[in-house]
Amino acid sequence: MENLYIEQSSLSSLKKGECGKICGISAGCNSRSRLCELGLNKGVLVKIVKNDIGPLILNIQGHKLAIGKGLASKIIIER
Amino acid sequence: MDTIALVGNPNSGKTTLFNAITGSNQHVGNWPGVTVEKKEGKVKYNNKEYNIVDLPGTYSLGAFSEDEIVARDFILKGNPDVVINVIDATNIERNLYLTAQLIEMGTKVVLALNMMDEAKAKNIEIDLDKLSKELGVPIVATIASKKQGIQDLLKSATEYINYEKMIKPFTYTERIKNELESIMPLLSDSEYIYPKNWLAIKILEKDKEIINYIDKNGTENLKNKVNEIQSIDSDLELEIIDNRYNFVGDILSHSVKRPAEDQLSLTDKIDKIVTDKFWGIPIFGLIMFIVFQLTFTIGEGFLGGLVEGLIGTLGKYVEEVLLNISAPTLLTSFIIDGIFGGVGAVLVFVPLIVVLYFFLGILEDTGYMARAAYVMDGIMRKLGLHGKTFISMIIGFGCNVPGIMATRTLENKKDRMIAILINPFMSCGARIPIYMLFIAAFFPNNGGLVLFSLYLLGIIMALVVGKIFSKTLFKGESSDFIMELPPYRLPSITSVLRNMWDKVWDFLHRAGTVIFVVVSLLWVLSILPYGVEPSSQGSYLGKIGTVVAPIFKPAGFGSWQAAVSLFSGIAAKEAVVGVLGMVYAAGSSDPSALAVELQSIFTPLTAVSFMVMVLFYTPCAATIATVKKETNSYKWAIFISIYTFIIGWISAVLVYQVGTLLGF
Ligand SMILES: Nc1nc2c(ncn2[C@@H]2O[C@H](COP(=O)(O)OP(=O)(O)OP(=O)(O)O)[C@@H](O)[C@H]2O)c(=O)[nH]1
Ligand SMILES: [Mg+2]
Repeated sequence: MENLYIEQSSLSSLKKGECGKICGISAGCNSRSRLCELGLNKGVLVKIVKNDIGPLILNIQGHKLAIGKGLASKIIIER
Repeated sequence: MDTIALVGNPNSGKTTLFNAITGSNQHVGNWPGVTVEKKEGKVKYNNKEYNIVDLPGTYSLGAFSEDEIVARDFILKGNPDVVINVIDATNIERNLYLTAQLIEMGTKVVLALNMMDEAKAKNIEIDLDKLSKELGVPIVATIASKKQGIQDLLKSATEYINYEKMIKPFTYTERIKNELESIMPLLSDSEYIYPKNWLAIKILEKDKEIINYIDKNGTENLKNKVNEIQSIDSDLELEIIDNRYNFVGDILSHSVKRPAEDQLSLTDKIDKIVTDKFWGIPIFGLIMFIVFQLTFTIGEGFLGGLVEGLIGTLGKYVEEVLLNISAPTLLTSFIIDGIFGGVGAVLVFVPLIVVLYFFLGILEDTGYMARAAYVMDGIMRKLGLHGKTFISMIIGFGCNVPGIMATRTLENKKDRMIAILINPFMSCGARIPIYMLFIAAFFPNNGGLVLFSLYLLGIIMALVVGKIFSKTLFKGESSDFIMELPPYRLPSITSVLRNMWDKVWDFLHRAGTVIFVVVSLLWVLSILPYGVEPSSQGSYLGKIGTVVAPIFKPAGFGSWQAAVSLFSGIAAKEAVVGVLGMVYAAGSSDPSALAVELQSIFTPLTAVSFMVMVLFYTPCAATIATVKKETNSYKWAIFISIYTFIIGWISAVLVYQVGTLLGF
């Protein structure tokens, strides 16, 4: 029963070093496809490399992706 | 001739592979979006010639930006006989998403599993046989940068052309299958430029562009169906995407093993510093400063005299020969004033150009370009611009033509238009000879600083004008920043030298063609009417110059020679130096004579205002033509020619007037 406290939040609320699993994207159809084809699809584990000023830097399976705050706030993750 | 196309995600090594296969010299760089045009080459394999096509990188067949559209259109409409899908083996999950789409389309695909060296270093184990069997496509492991696996790849690809496809049927979920079946019949009533199975899928994915396309070209029945699909908010498009990822994920779970997340890599360590919230921008400034300072120190200080001495010696020798054979004065004048004085004055700067392109090449190959875009995004966004604009600006330092081409990667039309219109303020390599000439004459001790200040001024002007445009001509949100940050790579010396040679060759080529022609034409004007003192005010050239010169009077350089040189600079910027060399140093074949001559005509202040004019005014013909091509409109080409001139003029006048007031 360890899944009792699945916490959902937006990707942009994670801090440096934290991880999360993508469980949805609440953006328009086109942004959603764009994110998916860049590897940010459902079920993918992302780690935050940087989240202070400017775009976030994510680590997805060892690859780095920079993504603007606005877009990141539309990605819903669970941890 | 059979055509083989190279397709794949950005930065997966397509162009490196293309160069290795065809022996070409196309531009390679370590950031996504280097190639923005289709490039063709040929290779002979087994006594048969094949046409190889390198395409821009793309993440999917649902293109978002101009460069991706080029790639998609070639895959869908160009009828390649076989497609080599270049995969970055270290990022195979994401890269195979495109592969899934290609397979889905029924394209004949051969996978080139590239960057195997890096995959090995990261301990990623890939079972090629299993992967190949499950995907139903041939796979060849390659290391493009070391030219490994090229022959095997060619063998696989060329053999595959004649095979029946051995596609493993791509399986859709029930729901997608049903929807597809309901659309396909509606597509059969009419002809379309795209393959129908792809159109059907794109309709279900609610792809904006394709829905617009159907709106224009579809039958009534089809349009109704499309509207119906759009109105119901089913997550069909997500299901399609998931379907592809599941297809890929399933297969990969059998054939790829990845070690658990390792510790901080070198890339992480470097990024920690260069993307730091305080240090990011200063570091970027410092890097650019170092590039220009080194260019100046090495290119001018160490190598500068090299070509100058050579041309000087050669010039004297030719002069003597001409004298000895008592050649006609006209011929002597043409060779000495036109060729040595004019074209020679431009060639003197080859070493500097070589060094500049060498350092820019290194910058492009390390992986820092993407970081520059990243750190600048903050400032850019405040100005209403997109961070990626900065990449096109840095490329513009080399030459504005590729700089403007590089804007193709900007997804948003507004972002792209602004990026195109401000690119000419980035001071290209062809303008360096002009600055150097004036630096040698007036600021020999502070050359590097003057040069850097000019570059900086160019950047500032670009940003200010960009801001104005985003508030006036191109309102609206700029698109979200999203960009891969590739791992840092040690610049490969061959690729840096190759890129450098390409640019230097361009420079030499221009000197031998455009500059030569412009200088020759103006030389003719400078000796007519017959009997006039060459390059005097009484010559046709002098008369023409005298008519336009007054407009530059408020800027301090109202001589007819300066006016003529600026206008000829529109043909190609180096022509400014060529023409100044021809008209001012008349009668001397020694390139250093020009600087001395300039000292008696310009003052330090007018030298600065002239350089500022050169920095901003109308771009060269090649750049204007590129603006026309990329915006597909004469209007913008004319606009950019005029508005930059006005900005250049105002700035030069300001410099001169304020400088005079301050007593310089
Ligand atoms: N280690 C390693 N690096 C490679 C290999 N192939 C290419 N590279 C490097 O990867 C970077 C990208 O190479 P390009 O050939 O420009 O990639 P591309 O796919 O043409 O990129 P775009 O034109 O932007 O789509 C360059 O820095 C290459 O030197 C390889 O097999 N191993
Ligand atoms: Mg390329």
